[in-house]
Amino acid sequence: MSIKGKAFIAGVYEHPERHLPDRTLPQIHADVALAALSDAGLSTSDVDAYYSAGDAPGFGVVSMVDYLGLDCHYINDTETGGSSYLVHAQHAATAIAAGHIDVALITLAGKPRTGGAGPGGSGRVSGAPEAPFESQWGMSVPGGYALAAQRHMYEFGTSSEQLAEIKVAASTHAQHNPHAFLQEVVTVEEVLESPMISDPLRRLDCCVITDGGGAMVIVSEAVASQLARHCIPILGTGSYVKSSQSGRIDLTHTAAVRSGPLAFNEAGVTPGDIDYVSIYDSFTITVLITLEDLGFCERGAGGRFVAGGALQAPHGELPFNTDGGGLCNNHPANRGGMTKVIEAVRQLRHEANVEVQVPDCELALAHGTGGSLATRSASSTMILGRAL
Amino acid sequence: MTLPARAAQPNSENLRFFEGAEQGCLVLPRCNDCDFVIWFPREICPECGSQDVDWFEASGKGSVYSFTVTRRIPGSWGKATPFVLAYVELEEGPRVMTNIVDCDPEQVTIGDSVEAVFEDATNRDGDSGPPLLRFRPVGG
Repeated sequence: MSIKGKAFIAGVYEHPERHLPDRTLPQIHADVALAALSDAGLSTSDVDAYYSAGDAPGFGVVSMVDYLGLDCHYINDTETGGSSYLVHAQHAATAIAAGHIDVALITLAGKPRTGGAGPGGSGRVSGAPEAPFESQWGMSVPGGYALAAQRHMYEFGTSSEQLAEIKVAASTHAQHNPHAFLQEVVTVEEVLESPMISDPLRRLDCCVITDGGGAMVIVSEAVASQLARHCIPILGTGSYVKSSQSGRIDLTHTAAVRSGPLAFNEAGVTPGDIDYVSIYDSFTITVLITLEDLGFCERGAGGRFVAGGALQAPHGELPFNTDGGGLCNNHPANRGGMTKVIEAVRQLRHEANVEVQVPDCELALAHGTGGSLATRSASSTMILGRAL
Repeated sequence: MTLPARAAQPNSENLRFFEGAEQGCLVLPRCNDCDFVIWFPREICPECGSQDVDWFEASGKGSVYSFTVTRRIPGSWGKATPFVLAYVELEEGPRVMTNIVDCDPEQVTIGDSVEAVFEDATNRDGDSGPPLLRFRPVGG
């Protein structure tokens, strides 16, 4: 059974704020849930399935179903870090295709800018079987991705200038987003002059840290046909866990090497057909390797591909992250998967910021990455259309 | 510069590795069914699924697969910058996350030959754990 064309994204919402010290975590989940339902023309009483990840407080989906006053017979709290929300969308589309549900709500919220514990819970990390062998070496999040960047540079000659081009493209887009955390356009030189965090990654190779959240509503064809809002069909999905490869980890590829082909095959399209991409951008290197893995360029050629403005909207070869992405706009809860889908929906509805709207955008890809490229990670890829 | 010590918490499944560390030996698990050298230490073979695992003393020699010189990091590690986080590829196959020590961080490169060194894990708070598996350059 294929899910192609069986499920539709009917509503999306990205919280406009980037610092929310006076809003509780459940409140932010509720803010984005209600707004996404409103975008779809639905209400909480229409929801029969709810999905959230490790950022949901308390007893996860059970606490949130209770708090939001939902009535759900289908729930899921798959936790794959930043890619969780794409995995949820895949699961929701599958459940819709099977006829189990009609209206799925997926929410994300977090307050890392305000501070406090990160999502997921430290208990999960300290109890991990790998913890006694990985927690002792001072691996920061940027440090882990720096290991991947260094190896990619060694094997393929990728340069810091090429990585910087990714940040430049994101900042060029973010100047048109009034909600973006960083709205200033930066140059390659400015990226290279920013402080080194963990060689070869500099501060401007890193995503922002923001409070906020987002939500999406996925519905069956029967519901979509009753809604006034432009509903975006889900054409293909794929998810994959890249393990530490039995201790022989190759740092130069991600789980996208499998999630991408699964999604392309289901949609029946190829990378050359895609008009717009939302690529997970925790760091510049994340984008570069993912573009290779998804087949937008040859393995090892990512540096040459991104140089020269290929990623810049609206007229680059492959416009990406037109909201400014995690690098400039928003990385709510330290998780970028939700906003990747939201911007792809804006592009396909032709509702992106006008300066970066891709002309005649018909086919988009959204991609999430969770975990760490340095150890183990989970990717999820989704291909969306303007119409079936 | 001494790096921060964060004590590992051994359990019954990985105890042999840490008992080896106490003796200054790199002890690794190997699958009795398919001979695969397992990393991270555990009593299941990720290659064939066997739980018939035995332990052996490895050479402690390897080379740098990738590394980063960390210059900014919060917490206790911030006082130890710049330090080298690395993956070392052991002669026996596994790529092991670690630190490169007894070196000039600016001189470390991929491919460098390194050898295991077990460092004391007692930290400033008096917490202690089994010695930590780090690596240092060998030769020129």
